[in-house]
Amino acid sequence: MPEGILCNKTPIKTDEQLKLTLSDSRGTKYYAEMLELEVDSDALWALVQKTLKSRTKTWLEICAHCGLCAESCFLYQVNGRTPKQVPSYKIQSTLGQIVKKKGKVTNEFMRHCMDVAWSQCTCCNRCGMYCPHGIDMGVMFSYLRGLLYSQGFVPWELKIGSGMHRVYRAQMDVTTEDWVETCEWMAEETEEEWPGLEIPVDKQDADIMYTCNAREPKHYPEDVAEAAILFHVAGENWTVPSEGWEQTSLSMFAGDWECCKDNVQNVYDAIERLNPKRAIGTECGHAHRATVIEGPYWTGRPDGLPPRPYIHYVEWLAEALRTGKLKIDPAKRIKEPVTLQDSCNYVRNQGLKDITREIISYIVEPGFFVEMSPNKEHNYCCGGGGGFNGIGMYREQRNVALRKKMDQILDTGCKLVIAPCHNCWDAIRDLEEEYEIGIRWSFLKPLVIGMLDVPEHMLPKDEE
Amino acid sequence: MYDFLTGPMLWLTFAVSFGGLLVRVVLYIKGLSQQLDRVAYRAHMSYGLKGAFNSIISFLNPIGARVWRIRPGFTLMFFAFHIGVVITPIFLIAHNVMLQENLGFSLPALPSGVADFLTWMAVVAGLLLTLRRVAFPEVRILTTGYDYLMMVITLAPFVTGLIARYAIGDYQFWLTAHIITGEIWLLSLPFTKLSHVVLFFMSRAQIGMDYGIKRGGMKGSSLSW
Ligand code: SF4
Ligand code: SF4
Ligand code: SF4
Repeated sequence: MPEGILCNKTPIKTDEQLKLTLSDSRGTKYYAEMLELEVDSDALWALVQKTLKSRTKTWLEICAHCGLCAESCFLYQVNGRTPKQVPSYKIQSTLGQIVKKKGKVTNEFMRHCMDVAWSQCTCCNRCGMYCPHGIDMGVMFSYLRGLLYSQGFVPWELKIGSGMHRVYRAQMDVTTEDWVETCEWMAEETEEEWPGLEIPVDKQDADIMYTCNAREPKHYPEDVAEAAILFHVAGENWTVPSEGWEQTSLSMFAGDWECCKDNVQNVYDAIERLNPKRAIGTECGHAHRATVIEGPYWTGRPDGLPPRPYIHYVEWLAEALRTGKLKIDPAKRIKEPVTLQDSCNYVRNQGLKDITREIISYIVEPGFFVEMSPNKEHNYCCGGGGGFNGIGMYREQRNVALRKKMDQILDTGCKLVIAPCHNCWDAIRDLEEEYEIGIRWSFLKPLVIGMLDVPEHMLPKDEE
Repeated sequence: MYDFLTGPMLWLTFAVSFGGLLVRVVLYIKGLSQQLDRVAYRAHMSYGLKGAFNSIISFLNPIGARVWRIRPGFTLMFFAFHIGVVITPIFLIAHNVMLQENLGFSLPALPSGVADFLTWMAVVAGLLLTLRRVAFPEVRILTTGYDYLMMVITLAPFVTGLIARYAIGDYQFWLTAHIITGEIWLLSLPFTKLSHVVLFFMSRAQIGMDYGIKRGGMKGSSLSW
């Protein structure tokens, strides 16, 4: 069987196909079909020749095989330092072989590559900082994922994930109507407590266009409400687009580059349509990476920048606190040891390391902030990045991966972890579920709302 | 024989070696693609160059990068090897005499004691680096015959040079061997992994530009390697 009904080289493009794939519980049938999936060596090799240029090609060739990258990879560390987890080995034995064999590889080999690409690397880009040649496995593994995706060798959840993005332009089946309704509903609910609060949809020429992670409207709509509260208190002139509001990209984890482009274009179109002064994304690392850091390249923007300044939530929050748009009641600052998770996706990928610490300086009583070690651009992945969190088949390996973060957190002695990234937040939640170390974790929004010094006129009248 | 090896053959070697390396650099730069690499090289050249510079300098400095600082043993071996291998042949007095005879100019020459020391340093560090490949599982798994071959090609001119220098055995033979192995080494530069003599700078500059432009440089945060 060259291609299966569920497992094949064609991306999920229709709602029907999506539902069909979803109905295959845990991907049992999907993975069974994968055993028979044929590798199209010619297409694979043609793709390699077209896309394997200077950087990746040279990296494969000049890797000194020095092993310095070994210790830099948290997966190597938590897996008993098995040589099979040395970053360079992981890529040489997968991508390296595909190139060496000019694409003439077997089904079994491709499945092996899939295991390595999705369960032995979270594309956290840490090893790249430790290689004398600057060889970044995170980049190489993203590339490998693209090759694997094109041949249909992709974990079931991510095939669905990128299918969701293709069909709904959101990582979940949240339609435009669902989204707009959620905004209206949240505005109504929140207005009782915050008179005058609005969630304006499709307002032209606002100062801010806010975008988020589809998980928010789907699973924690209160996050949308919290964003609204903070914009409201800060007196911002803001809006959300009815279309192009979802900035995450499971397709980026899946290696479905065509889909990545389509989704980001959708967000950029919203920017062009509504003409805001700037865009602000939610507390999510990979969403930021997709729409702000990588997105401009997917859509072919020559300056590598989104159509308007587009910042991460931490940047807006720091600014609002710095300029006094939001005021913290000193009595309500955090007075317990607290630590911070640096998200690879905006720290190692966009340098946003000091700005989060600036926020900390406003919301934590001096002396209570404890750094993880190492931190900032040298921080380790939370353990669930790059799609790892969501793939059932690799749950066990993911749980092992969480141990590095567990140790880092335990070493700080803190019970509270601030995680301004959806994926890190999830990983830390799972970490507590799995290992029960007695910690709490939080996004910034609820923490800040809890300690706001709210101007009198914004409070509900009946409270007086 | 000697005249041929140090005459036409030497010039041919230089031409192929340096010409080849130049070609590799040019091809590298030509193969960069802003969309594939996801780095807007042209649009933000000044940020890019700053990042490239930071990246190269950090790794040429034995305490410039965290990976060097946390592994002093390896760092010492690595720098001893590379300094020995690069500096000695360029500034060796005997090589300079040859240069003077052929081209009419020479570079400042190393005192022979220093040159001896550097050569020994390169050889010993090279052997230690090789031993390390065998000793540590995380390096062993990466190592292939090709890696050993590269080390042999690199060390051969130094070992033969030392033997000739101390006049052990037949001087003429070892001198010839030294010249031949030296030429093999030079000829290998553009065609093997030894091309990292130039591609190191290319690759480092490239990732440096990535960081300098897209990954934080434009947010005013310079990466601490
Ligand atoms: S540190 Fe770099 S050069 Fe050394 S083995 Fe790892 S990837 Fe290769
Ligand atoms: S990118 Fe991260 S997870 Fe992947 S090999 Fe490098 S350090 Fe390990
Ligand atoms: S989930 Fe968070 S910590 Fe993990 S790779 Fe992504 S950004 Fe990094």
